[in-house]
Amino acid sequence: MNTLFDKIWDAHVVSLIEDGPTQLYIDRLYCHEVTSPQAFDGLRARGIKPLRPEKIFCMPDHNTPTHDQDKPIEDPVSKSQVDALKRNAEEFGLTHYGMMDKNNGIIHVVGPEKGLSLPGMTIVCGDSHTSTHGAMGAVAFGIGTSEVEMVLASQCILQQKPKSMSIRVEGELGKGVTAKDLALYLMSKLTTSGATGYFVEYRGSAVRSLSMEGRLTLCNLSIEMGARGGFVAPDETTFAYLKGREYAPKGEAWDKAVAYWKTLKSGEDAVFDKELVFDAADVKPMITYGTNPGMGMAIDANIPALDSIPAEQRPGFQKAMNYMGFEAGQKLLGHPVDYVFLGACTNGRIEDFRAFASIVKGRKKAANITAWLVPGSWMVKQQIEDEGLDKVLEEAGFAVRQPGCSACLAMNDDKIPAGKYAVSTSNRNFEGRQGPGSRTLLASPLTAAAAAVTGVITDPRTLL
Amino acid sequence: MKQKFDIIESTCVPLPLENVDTDQIIPARFLKAVTRDEKFFGDNLFRDWRYNADGTPKKDFVLNDPRYSGCILVAGKNFGSGSSREHAAWAIAGYGFRVVISSFFADIHKNNELNNFVLPVVVSEEFLAELFASIAKDAQTKVKVDVPAQTVTNLATGRSEHFELNAYKKYCLMNALDDIDYLLEQKDKIEKYEQSR
Repeated sequence: MNTLFDKIWDAHVVSLIEDGPTQLYIDRLYCHEVTSPQAFDGLRARGIKPLRPEKIFCMPDHNTPTHDQDKPIEDPVSKSQVDALKRNAEEFGLTHYGMMDKNNGIIHVVGPEKGLSLPGMTIVCGDSHTSTHGAMGAVAFGIGTSEVEMVLASQCILQQKPKSMSIRVEGELGKGVTAKDLALYLMSKLTTSGATGYFVEYRGSAVRSLSMEGRLTLCNLSIEMGARGGFVAPDETTFAYLKGREYAPKGEAWDKAVAYWKTLKSGEDAVFDKELVFDAADVKPMITYGTNPGMGMAIDANIPALDSIPAEQRPGFQKAMNYMGFEAGQKLLGHPVDYVFLGACTNGRIEDFRAFASIVKGRKKAANITAWLVPGSWMVKQQIEDEGLDKVLEEAGFAVRQPGCSACLAMNDDKIPAGKYAVSTSNRNFEGRQGPGSRTLLASPLTAAAAAVTGVITDPRTLL
Repeated sequence: MKQKFDIIESTCVPLPLENVDTDQIIPARFLKAVTRDEKFFGDNLFRDWRYNADGTPKKDFVLNDPRYSGCILVAGKNFGSGSSREHAAWAIAGYGFRVVISSFFADIHKNNELNNFVLPVVVSEEFLAELFASIAKDAQTKVKVDVPAQTVTNLATGRSEHFELNAYKKYCLMNALDDIDYLLEQKDKIEKYEQSR
């Protein structure tokens, strides 16, 4: 009651179906090429058009190669999906940022950086990491393709109202500990289903002191705890980030918007369905050892021993150990790594490249490492060059690629080969996620950089 | 595919693993299709657990075990976590499953199943454990899912439970109507809401 989630949700209720879901109005729909073609087909089959085309933005990101984007995509199946999005956007009069367009990039990186995702909005996309946009103080959540069709057709969606959860993190994150580590820590405590059915509000001093980039990373990973979404109430950090961005309000409209955004916070008397409190000082640099993002630990810890795993979870745990080529109880520090991936909607923003560069500066890429550094958008790539980070990275033996989702889910040709270990700043370590047989270790950009220069799993604090 | 639900009685396919994510249900490389070809997705359901890299079936995976068949999939806790890909629901439907029984579903996947006329039935941990045990003992164990009465029954033991399904969705499932049919009738309300902002 009287939570910020209630306020935003309730302000978007068009109608309530008796003993059924809520008809919720959607302010922003993002479409990428993978989860939208069948929705557009649905519109054609019903003979209808999008109700509010001006609220819908489309861009390819999952299939895009991270090199030679000026040339046609080699994989004909990927090409046909990317082409279909362009055709559908043209047919239905929707804004489309195609490959090589300076506005293109991963949809969850582009939305905030263009000021398309604003405080108080309801935002959806056929992608579970839509929760990212919650960092702007919005109610943002991932949906399926049938639901994309619903929103195209009616600018509304039918949803059961989720319960509300407060996750309060107090104190200061230690040196070398990032928003990514905080998220991996929360997942390791809550498991991948601990927040299922809930919308999470992240609060507390440790959250408040995160930059917008850090908040985007934290909210991005809400879904990995099962949450429908997660958000941070807007504050001066949010306003400073948004001011002057292309689609952010300007002039008088800006002042009016900020005055409204300042009202967007949970009441002193807010009652959440569940409240959790954590101490930032308990969080260390984290790494995952298994095949779901909840299977994470402090980088200097040991994988849990088999007898500490509840009996019903043992088949899954053992399957994960076999897949990863690890033993229960084993230490990971010093374990050889083959690939390093910096990027994705989780960690493909400028701050992530600054963090990576801060470790590799004056060092060299280890000979055994193949590194893929993929900015989240052309705008991030431009900023990397403006700040001269590309030179720092180059001197250390790294190249910056062209933007896209890339090796996070390997729908383009950036695939980790079977059996190889990849320290990845992405969001999922599921079996085969980064290519059939790939072995993913999720970590922060600092930990990824530490692995990239040492060739083994390394505590980044030793290199700071 | 839109189809009406009433009472379903079937043998089951057991998958007693927790946290089965949608990347396992349908790996990303099969998401490049631009059409909703359920046969294609059904053929690739659980692709990397079901087939070796050379396309030969993995004998130890349940879908390749001739003892198990039927239109009910029984899965461990937290089924369908991870990616929002509706292709996972298309694959389950395309394979021929009409019901998935688990003690816990991930939110987005649960909605995706419902939107594709696959019924997610949430049962207690005890019911699920007993059902896995019944199927292990006798692969021909049948389950009855009565949508009008909202009950699920393990016919081997007679154990029965009520399952949640809101009245709106129940009406939709029993009459093969989807949410878009409903929303398209709400245009006046949508415009009224927009004017009120």
